[in-house]
Amino acid sequence: MADSLKDTGGLRVKRGLADMLKGGVIMDVTTVDQAKIAEDAGAVAVMALERVPADIRAEGGVARMADPERMVGIMEAVSIPVMAKCRIGHFVEAQVLQSLGVDYIDESEVLTPADEAHHVDKWDFTVPFVCGATNLGEALRRIGEGATMVRSKGEAGTGNVVEAVRHMRSISSSIRRLRSARPEELMAEAKELGAPYELVREVAQAGSLPVVLFTAGGVATPADAALMMQLGADGVFVGSGIYKSGDPALRARAIVEATTYFTDPDIIAKVSRGLGEPMVGISMGQIPEVDRLAQRGW
Amino acid sequence: MKIGVLGLQGDVAEHVAALETAGATPVVVRRVDELGSVDGLVIPGGESTTIGKLLARFGLLEPLRRRVQSGMPVLGTCAGLILMASDVIGAEDAPHRLGVLDVSVRRNAYGRQVDSFEAAIDVAGIDRPVQVAFIRAPAIERIGDGVEVLAEWEDRPVLVRQKHMLASSFHPEITGETAIHRAFVAVATQNRET
Repeated sequence: MADSLKDTGGLRVKRGLADMLKGGVIMDVTTVDQAKIAEDAGAVAVMALERVPADIRAEGGVARMADPERMVGIMEAVSIPVMAKCRIGHFVEAQVLQSLGVDYIDESEVLTPADEAHHVDKWDFTVPFVCGATNLGEALRRIGEGATMVRSKGEAGTGNVVEAVRHMRSISSSIRRLRSARPEELMAEAKELGAPYELVREVAQAGSLPVVLFTAGGVATPADAALMMQLGADGVFVGSGIYKSGDPALRARAIVEATTYFTDPDIIAKVSRGLGEPMVGISMGQIPEVDRLAQRGW
Repeated sequence: MKIGVLGLQGDVAEHVAALETAGATPVVVRRVDELGSVDGLVIPGGESTTIGKLLARFGLLEPLRRRVQSGMPVLGTCAGLILMASDVIGAEDAPHRLGVLDVSVRRNAYGRQVDSFEAAIDVAGIDRPVQVAFIRAPAIERIGDGVEVLAEWEDRPVLVRQKHMLASSFHPEITGETAIHRAFVAVATQNRET
């Protein structure tokens, strides 16, 4: 078989890896030990970063891509895919992450944005990208730029699921609206959403995003994870919710199990018992508008 | 023909769609009691460590192994191949496995995600090339005596059959192909008739 028939890094294999993560939990990790805890708990992938969002929120300062040394250590320690975050618009951090061989890049609002108007041109990369979105227009703009996986943003580092619910409901209800729109209405919808017309038409026809849709930001309990799955998420990102709790290993495992059996309250009840203290959490009223991470992204 | 798709984690929906196109009635299997009613089972792509742990924790591993050993047809793709393999070589083990297929596999042998690729491959019994995807794919490094190679890529087996079991390094389910699923439904149909 001729090698010329081999196509590396195409759209289907980029979207394909995200398909393989469906029904699973992706966990933030900052050390090799945490990565091993995540893998043992049943995570489908880990997100290597410098600090979990709750610490970024507490400590402040500029949050950047993690030290490559740290990422390489984590990549060597686990057999599951390793994702890593770059700052919004920081295409050189993305180039570095691709060079290191990470499996997915998260162009993330959790880090301090490097560009206040533009995101990375993700078509320019072999490595696939996941991006956050608060609504359908934002999701489609990111897909238009080449993202092959979307996560609802929520509000990272709060242990409060309310924003994740808001964003997931917003995306789903906009998709339902497009499904019932007449063809001649789609250009006006595209204008309203600030999204590429071709993608708007694709979503209207399919009744779903053309890529996998995970949820993130504020998931702290097995029931939170199952709630987001029942609201239509394909899978769950968890970070601070695990490591700011009393027993991270036990909670991580329970969140994995509740994500798989998200329609089964008996199993969710069983795995939720005796997990120890959850993350304390922050109510949205305590976070001034300027400190909200979800508003980063354009 | 009722074909189950193991639905603990992974690209379950893609296999369900491919099976429907191939003329089967797919059902998602997450519990032991759901396993009893199917004529065959697909173990999808996903993370083999995650699926293996969930199989063990929720008491599915032993009942599933018994059904496969007593003749239920199985198709495993990528993670499914790893979970079926009798042997996993190297440090990247997948400890909770069915171990029903006499092959040795190496996980992530085709590289990390930046090396993932699509290719058109020749498959025994299918008269045109089949478009498939290799995503952080495992390699088959040894096959037992009773194992037949149905497709190769770069001199390595990538689709094998041992009696009622089919397994592939690649994903036949995300490229819009259904030829491999049709072949599997044929195996399951033949199995039920005999």
